Amino acid sequence: MEITVTVNGRSYTRDVEPRLLLVHFLRDELGLTGTHWGCDTSNCGACVAWLDEVPVKSCTVLAVMADGHRVSTVEGLETADGLDAVQRGFMECHGLQCGFCTPGMLMTARWLLDHDPAPSEEDIREAVSGQLCRCTGYENIVRSVRWAAEHDTGRAAEPITEEVRAEVRK
Amino acid sequence: MTTTERHATPMGYGRMPRKEDPRFIRGRGTYVDDVTLPGMLHGAVLRSPYAHAKILSIDVSAAKAHPKVRAVITGADLAGLDLAWMPTLSHDVQAVLATDKVRFQGQEVAFVVAEDRYSARDALELIDVDYDPLPPVVDAQRALDPDAPVIRDDLAGRTDNHIFDWESGEKALTDEVFARADVVAVQDMLYPRVHPAPMETCGAVADMDTVTGKLTVWTTTQAPHAHRTIYALVAGLPEHKIRIVSPDIGGGFGNKVGIYPGYVCAVVGSILTGKPVKWVEDRSENLMSTSFARDYHMHGEIAATRDGRILGLRVRVLADHGAFNGTAQPTKFPAGFFGVFTGSYDLEAAHCEVTGVYTNKAPGGVAYACSFRITEAVYLVERMVDVLAYDLGMDPAELRMRNLLRPEQFPYRTKTGWEYDSGDYPRALRAALELAHYDNLRAEQAAKREREELMGIGVAFFTEAVGAGPRKHMDILGLGMADGAELRVHPTGKAVLRLSCQTQGQGHETTFAQIVAEELGISPDDIDVVHGDTDQTPFGLGTYGSRSTPVSGAATAVVARKVRERARIVASAMLEVSPDDLEWEKGRWFVRGDPEAGRTIQEIALAAHSDLELPEGIEGQLDATCVYNPPNLTYPFGAYVCVVDVDAGTGQVKVRDFIAVDDCGVRINPTIVEGQVHGGLADGVGMALLQVMAFDEDGNHLGGSFMDYLLPTAMECPSWRLGETVTPSPHHPIGAKGIGESATVGSPAAVVNAVLDALRPYGVRHADMPLTPAAVWRAAQGRPLRTDLAIT
Amino acid sequence: MQVPAQFQYEKATSVEHALSLLGRYGAESRVVAGGHSLIPMMKLRLAQPEVLIDINDLHELARISVEEHKLCIGALVRHADLLGSAIAGEHFPIFHDAERLIADPIVRNRGTVGGSLCQADPSEDLSAAFAAVRGEAVIQGTRGSRVVAVRDFFVGPYQTVVEPGELLVQLRVPIRSSASAYQKVERRAGDWAVAAAGAELRLRDGELEEVGIGLTALGAPGFHAPEAEEFLVGGPATDERFAEAGRIAAEHCNPVADQRGPVDYKRHLAATLTTRALRIARTRWHGQHHEEA
Repeated sequence: MEITVTVNGRSYTRDVEPRLLLVHFLRDELGLTGTHWGCDTSNCGACVAWLDEVPVKSCTVLAVMADGHRVSTVEGLETADGLDAVQRGFMECHGLQCGFCTPGMLMTARWLLDHDPAPSEEDIREAVSGQLCRCTGYENIVRSVRWAAEHDTGRAAEPITEEVRAEVRK
Repeated sequence: MTTTERHATPMGYGRMPRKEDPRFIRGRGTYVDDVTLPGMLHGAVLRSPYAHAKILSIDVSAAKAHPKVRAVITGADLAGLDLAWMPTLSHDVQAVLATDKVRFQGQEVAFVVAEDRYSARDALELIDVDYDPLPPVVDAQRALDPDAPVIRDDLAGRTDNHIFDWESGEKALTDEVFARADVVAVQDMLYPRVHPAPMETCGAVADMDTVTGKLTVWTTTQAPHAHRTIYALVAGLPEHKIRIVSPDIGGGFGNKVGIYPGYVCAVVGSILTGKPVKWVEDRSENLMSTSFARDYHMHGEIAATRDGRILGLRVRVLADHGAFNGTAQPTKFPAGFFGVFTGSYDLEAAHCEVTGVYTNKAPGGVAYACSFRITEAVYLVERMVDVLAYDLGMDPAELRMRNLLRPEQFPYRTKTGWEYDSGDYPRALRAALELAHYDNLRAEQAAKREREELMGIGVAFFTEAVGAGPRKHMDILGLGMADGAELRVHPTGKAVLRLSCQTQGQGHETTFAQIVAEELGISPDDIDVVHGDTDQTPFGLGTYGSRSTPVSGAATAVVARKVRERARIVASAMLEVSPDDLEWEKGRWFVRGDPEAGRTIQEIALAAHSDLELPEGIEGQLDATCVYNPPNLTYPFGAYVCVVDVDAGTGQVKVRDFIAVDDCGVRINPTIVEGQVHGGLADGVGMALLQVMAFDEDGNHLGGSFMDYLLPTAMECPSWRLGETVTPSPHHPIGAKGIGESATVGSPAAVVNAVLDALRPYGVRHADMPLTPAAVWRAAQGRPLRTDLAIT
Repeated sequence: MQVPAQFQYEKATSVEHALSLLGRYGAESRVVAGGHSLIPMMKLRLAQPEVLIDINDLHELARISVEEHKLCIGALVRHADLLGSAIAGEHFPIFHDAERLIADPIVRNRGTVGGSLCQADPSEDLSAAFAAVRGEAVIQGTRGSRVVAVRDFFVGPYQTVVEPGELLVQLRVPIRSSASAYQKVERRAGDWAVAAAGAELRLRDGELEEVGIGLTALGAPGFHAPEAEEFLVGGPATDERFAEAGRIAAEHCNPVADQRGPVDYKRHLAATLTTRALRIARTRWHGQHHEEA
């Protein structure tokens, strides 16, 4: 059936089988391979993308369910203004190793900071608790999200002054 | 500890952000499933639902009739090509597609090639296999029973499930030491079957060019060059017509060392159809059929004096190798490096015997960051020391401190023949105990026990043996374990380093550039590290067993020094002095006594390509190659302390603190080193508390998805606290030792020791991993669970 | 990666439309909402419906409200919305206790309350939570709706009273003065319960006037523990009596052994968690009614 999905702000119309999973729609139909998959049972979170305003496990959503909806993926995090703070945080704090879980982690981190600009360590761990990472032991993922929280002034990559940082902390 | 501020790129060692990160944080990595080629077809594997069954017939006619199916391949088809069986890394054979019978649940039976992955999956439903189920061998402890079904009746003359016996150490001397010991503590323990489960499953895209005869395989491999040679041997293809590309790898941990039947099927599929064929396994296939790890049933005995001087260790192991002996380890080491089971202690004698058996389970055994079975060895000895402490009524930290090797004993030859290169063990243990505030913890524990609250403190000390290896002693399928390296310096002074090892997240593109930077004074930003493509890189055995820094890292330093020496000749021509009159400071040769007269490496690189007149016999250019054959393994070590709270009512364990003091010699990029440790510590928590692949009596795999095979999340992990000591390796060119697997090796024992320490009021001396709430509760009840079988 | 078999897809635009689609396709069709139980089963090919009826657009079923002194939770309410609902938490904190431990935050963004109940997994936390607070299920058919007590909603594992052609549209809980809590043991964050217990209670003059006990993954018919409830009602809310209620609940449930644990352990948990949930509910009661206490 024909569906139209807005992905990272761009509209795509494709004729797909109803059974096509959203993750395969993104990867195979649109070539957006930043969204990965790591299990079949919605346990690992490598496939996390946003459906409208919330992160979902795109391996367990049908592409046809996204018809007429907006989808956001890791490829949409970087804008003309530069990298998103969560992207910079993961680089600054060594929040990734093999990189496979990273897109899903970034999408959840972005959502978390949109709803809680100053999450505690516990909040961050809870937020990513449905996403597995086999490399980092989660420590530097937590630090990366905290870094992003402290440097999250929109999506510009300018150096952050102490005053701005203090402002963010408030 | 880790700096979170923006840092300048260091000219050599030090903290710097990883060069590979910019692509990953944009979703621009290229993993195998991201590879798409024109006309590409998709493969899917039909697998056995039975653990042990005779195949009576396979009917593929309906599958072949599916409009989108291009080929269906069975074992019979492969037999016609002499490809139904392939050699394993342990001199056994493994079925690519089963012909006679299936020997584990999930074994490969048929392969479908279709136009898309959904159709390939659909077509599996159309294949009709008639099985005659046979009784399976599930319990390794029953595999050698006289009436046990014989699994490997494909092997001529085989009448039982015995694979090998192997021993190490001196039996008579050990028995003598035990005979005169005041105390002998005995304990059986299981290191259960686990799986490395990298986030990315295994897969391949095989592309046979029918015109040139060149086969390109994009595949999840930690050892691309070894794969190339093995494909040549297996398929009879000329090796120069095989190119293995290992693109970005979504974690390996040992899972991606071997060659799996699916890869071979993808290759055959491409040859048969003339199109590229992609095969990527799903998660259940990954967990059920690819390399498991451990499955060691161990019987330990430790002998000591009454005042806690450890005298000897005696160990018997029953090793469950599954249906095919497919362990990946150096040929002369059928039990891997289990021979280092004497650990970090000064013993008088030690002896171990290992017996390998076949069972109706997937093959594998050496995988999962184990440094060739050192996880099992460290777990054994560290549990035995705690058992001894329990029996003696001694503090386990104190007992360890009393028996650790002393710094002046290095280099130290162990009672099983390993030469530990360097170490200061008491310093590391003291550092860990101080970071943990060990005395305070013991006081807190005493107060809690008064209130009937359960808190445990676990200590573990480990010595690793990594960097296989001296090629004289260590090979895989006859391929000596030395690594090549190739360094090109372009005229403008930018460099390309080509390596045989393959990162799966360890940050090679950064670390190895830093080694070159340290040696040559070229910024890591100006050095590209090329790896993972056999057409572009020199031969080497790959990344596993924490061997990249010890072997390829050494090769990198050596090849950079060769370049430096070539630069010296060129500089001498530029400065019109003798090479002997030049001195090196990072990035520059200068005239001794005249520091102003010098040339930078960049100036020298340009001159090396210029019309500069060079001395007779000097070719120009700075490029160099080398092969590094390590003289010995390197021996990282560490001291770990784990603190747990246990809910007495439910058996739930909370790891509330974990202190890890690691000594991996010289640290090239401390941030990356710490990241490696963090990941391994999470593995330790996972194995100690969660991860297990159990089997029911019919041989059904009870951990075949991430719903059943539980990996730790951020919620189970504490905020790791790290410390370090640095004892350089005396024989390694830069004094580095390897760190990739230390924490996975050392941490499980710390967690288990902590939980059992918490259960001391119940008189519990040992319980097997994983210590799930049920296992903890049952241990406290005095009725421990057998964790490798179905819970009934 | 595993993929579902082919099916026909229909997107319902209203409850009536959904019911007519169910009527048209009958037993070969399945309703899908969050899909977090059904789609994995379809990928494993354990479920192969011929028609999938998507009710995600039935926004009227996605509301949490209070109507006629009842907390009304639409079948399409996502777990995250129930967890985030102040009004649900105020009246029945048991829902927040349970939701905090159901799957993980991302799954909770998608999975629905109605889907969880209709799946009727013996380990479903919400089934026990609704059973504990004596919730009601509103089931809509083409000829009108019927209301079934959640305790009578489940016929057996993975089976409910919802007939082919019917749709669960709402869960309701009569709002009354009460306190509640939920206690769960899981092997790991996001895992299904090894066992769990929910408790709801109301005290009057120091005696338990009403008690509800829900049990998860313990083989309790209708996810509740009537014998333990009967024992407690009419007596004081003492630790001793709570412990005895736990013992009774453990005696009457019927857990099965699996890799989460053996039967004796699960029975032990039935007792322990029932007792703990009751004690927390009592503490909450006293917290709410400290002026009266």
